[in-house]
Amino acid sequence: METATNVEATPKNSTRKPIKISEAIVEIVSDSGEGAQKCGQSLGAISAKMGNGVWTVEIIPAEIQPPARSRAGASGIRVRIGSKKVTNMGDHAQLVVAFNEQVLFGRVTQRAYKPGTVLIIENKWANDPTEKIRNEYHEALTHFKEIGADVIEIPMEEECLKVVRDARKGKNMWVLGMLSFIYSRDKEKAENQIHRIFKKKGDKVILPNVELFRAGYQWAQANLDLHFEIPAMETDEEMVVMNGNEAISFGVMAAGIDVCSMYPITPATSASHHLAEAIHSVGGIVHQAEDEIAAIGFAIGSSYSGKTAVTITSGPGIALKTEFIGLAVMAEVPLVIVDVQRGGPSTGLPTKVEQGDLLAVLYGDPGDAPKVILAPSSIEECFHFVILARKLAESFRTPVFVLSDANLATGVSPFPRPKINEEWFALPIDQSPWKEGVRSYDWSDDTGLSQRPIPGMKDGMYTLTGLAHDEESHVAYDPAINQRSAEHRSRKIAALQQSLKVPKVNGDEEGDLLLIGWGSTKGAIEEAVEKARAAGYNVSNLHLHFLSPLEPGIKEIMQKFKKVVAVEINYSDVVGRPLITEENRRHSQLAFYLRAVTLIDIDSYSNVFGQPMSPMRIFRMIERTFKLYNKQKEENS
Amino acid sequence: MIGIKADLTELELPEVYYSIGDYGSSTARWCPGCGAHAILASVQKLCREEQLPPEKTVFVSGIGCSSRFPHYMKTYGFHGLHGRALPVAEGVKFRRPDLDVFVITGDGDCCSIGAGHWIHAIRYNVNMVVLLFDNEIYGLTKKQTSPTSPVGTHSNTHPEGSFLPPINPIQSTLGFTNVSFVAQTADWHPAHLYSTIKKAHEHQGLSFVRILQRCPIWMKDGFTSCASEPKSLTLLDHSNGIELDDQVRKSFEQVIEHNPSDIDKAREFVELEDGSLPIGLFYQNEDAVRYDKYGAHNLNMPVNQRLDGLNEQLDKYAI
Ligand SMILES: Cc1ncc(C[n+]2csc(CCOP(=O)(O)OP(=O)(O)O)c2C)c(N)n1
Ligand code: SF4
Ligand SMILES: [Mg+2]
Repeated sequence: METATNVEATPKNSTRKPIKISEAIVEIVSDSGEGAQKCGQSLGAISAKMGNGVWTVEIIPAEIQPPARSRAGASGIRVRIGSKKVTNMGDHAQLVVAFNEQVLFGRVTQRAYKPGTVLIIENKWANDPTEKIRNEYHEALTHFKEIGADVIEIPMEEECLKVVRDARKGKNMWVLGMLSFIYSRDKEKAENQIHRIFKKKGDKVILPNVELFRAGYQWAQANLDLHFEIPAMETDEEMVVMNGNEAISFGVMAAGIDVCSMYPITPATSASHHLAEAIHSVGGIVHQAEDEIAAIGFAIGSSYSGKTAVTITSGPGIALKTEFIGLAVMAEVPLVIVDVQRGGPSTGLPTKVEQGDLLAVLYGDPGDAPKVILAPSSIEECFHFVILARKLAESFRTPVFVLSDANLATGVSPFPRPKINEEWFALPIDQSPWKEGVRSYDWSDDTGLSQRPIPGMKDGMYTLTGLAHDEESHVAYDPAINQRSAEHRSRKIAALQQSLKVPKVNGDEEGDLLLIGWGSTKGAIEEAVEKARAAGYNVSNLHLHFLSPLEPGIKEIMQKFKKVVAVEINYSDVVGRPLITEENRRHSQLAFYLRAVTLIDIDSYSNVFGQPMSPMRIFRMIERTFKLYNKQKEENS
Repeated sequence: MIGIKADLTELELPEVYYSIGDYGSSTARWCPGCGAHAILASVQKLCREEQLPPEKTVFVSGIGCSSRFPHYMKTYGFHGLHGRALPVAEGVKFRRPDLDVFVITGDGDCCSIGAGHWIHAIRYNVNMVVLLFDNEIYGLTKKQTSPTSPVGTHSNTHPEGSFLPPINPIQSTLGFTNVSFVAQTADWHPAHLYSTIKKAHEHQGLSFVRILQRCPIWMKDGFTSCASEPKSLTLLDHSNGIELDDQVRKSFEQVIEHNPSDIDKAREFVELEDGSLPIGLFYQNEDAVRYDKYGAHNLNMPVNQRLDGLNEQLDKYAI
């Protein structure tokens, strides 16, 4: 039996200068419970502290505690560190640390790696007492080498055992040390980070972990030929680091919303988890209702009684809430509805990314139900858009949607610490007497807007109803009232549209190709566009933050480009696939919507792999589009 | 005020006196002879007797004939969705404990489409009054079988007669966890109806009142015929039960002593051997857990405190 350690083959290299790189994508994968995620998050935090751009995303198995060494059971984390701001998880990983070789298979099938990716693998399995495991190990390594990976086997456990008795608990900090050497992370900042994460547990835990970190660092210095530097911009700005759901939770609290009524659903729930933990600091309630319908009903009851509430959910929850959403539109109840989208339809892909709820939210209600829809495109915007949503809900007396998705929900990235402004907070419940002569729906003919009486206000008594109603909220028996009130509700949306600014194009304002997107794909699209522009392609992109109403001037922008493609993560047919023609092709959701609104022949680039859009895929699409376009031009001439 | 110097400014004298007319809105549009009229009159009387400020009183309903109720009150009202009154009312009461909240629901509304909310509302035990208008039929949608329709009801969905045994809402409610107040009354007995609603309103927690309601249009043979038959009712009587004048009490031909703290006996009396309808207080437990007491933290926290609290939370995410 051969010994698998090829450490000897790697020259000792303690003095060599690190190679400068502009970014690194690292993955740490393990069985669940081995602390890979804590290791990656710490690497991210240290890097953010050093002034690097960072995006981390957890790799989560479908089950809570899958069997050890199982191929689909990879648990772990991806960390992307850059010299500039990082807005997405990027393409292929360049370096992977694996606590066992089996967990790598899942990532290989997900095409997370490419030839040349460095795989650093725990070598203890090579000498495992069980023959089956030894064989698995050798087969896996042969396979990885065949697909072109650069495999390095290392004695993680053996080295850890020199420091602690139970290596399973400490391996992650040893790996953090190793990675900190590889990427020239600031040692002091790293050790501070270890103090931070184990603060609650005291020195008993902190000190051995610091030891492990140092051991990993020194071992890498002595044994590895990998040494890089990712230059950063030092900054004094105070930063916070969190995922999109935590940002939503902070947004709720910063908006002064004090009632969150929810029913658990992935990937939305963690926003409510955070609120449940934190809301006592600002005063409020997290109500776990008996179902999604009750959750929104409770929120509407709270909004009706004076304080705009929030309900946080995902696609299947939206489906159940639809009737109440219609009521909130009809009776003009301010409400914030956060939809952290996942793959649909039905139970779909609960933990995966999709932007599949746009049309359901926009048109899902029977009858005409205009509402406001916002889509944050970054974690920081998840925070600010909830604050905006609350304000709009109250000013326009309407439900407002915030469409996030699993990509933003699980991505963790630093952003400047928000300076909490008390003007963001909702005002105390107004209990001044209702103005005489003002009706409960005193619609302004100019804007459709009206003020709303709140229970407790003297002389403001009215009965809110989901039936068609007149200005006094009386049931409408005259059909003209229904036409009039529908017009007013629609006019409110126009009033908001008139107050919005024309969105800015990224790149030239006219040219050959315009990509148009919304929500979490912004970072990936812009990265692809920048890369393509550097390669000489005349391409720009436009990103929408308001989906209802649409921002003004979009049609004029599109008309300045020869071709417009909507890039989004939802389903569209591809012409050329069996039976699919230009005539019967079903478009992606934003494309469908914009085609109807602008009459422009917008193309769709979309898919439902359940993965975030990667810059590489978009870049390839740009290349193909130009190839086709140039070919057609040649044929025509 | 002869010779007495008194500072009367601190005395809280009622500025206004609300009369029945102050609680009435537009004319109720229920059919003539509909039991809902009597319930409306009883509720308005309660409002006047208790001098409930109209602006501090909220009626939340679902959809159905009965659920039109809030439109006929000059208080705040919420006429929402079929089956969904309870969650809305919970949201109102949670955020605004200062408001007096009543829920108006029908047998289809509560025991069919909204049955899930019913179970949980009982368990949440939020302080409010729930009035179930049970006419044993779907009124508004024109005579479909309801979950409380007696076997053999000829409806438009079961023209040959319904065959499933009906849900008895009292029996079900007595089986739900954390139940705190369950009473039954009849729209055609104004004195008992009024006293029951009054007792429900005094109770701290969720008071569930099933009101046997006549629908002379679709259910001529149901409660409508009971109304003219004194023997159709049996009084559950107790010193801790529904308060009645002696004269009224004496007018009942059948009376059963029932202590409302005894849930086992309550369950026995849900259906009586002689087929008469028991009215009275089945069960009351003021010690049941109140979700609205524990669920909310420091509502209306001052701005400065909130700023500090939020910044403290953000500190945990600072790097
Ligand atoms: C979601 C939904 N489904 C169905 C209806 C139609 N609908 C209105 S009232 C009603 C039944 C009403 O019966 P009940 O609750 O007993 O009230 P009643 O009219 O008898 O007072 C139905 C089925 C509706 N309004 N909404
Ligand atoms: S149909 Fe029945 S329940 Fe409805 S209003 Fe008429 S009598 Fe009352
Ligand atoms: Mg009914």
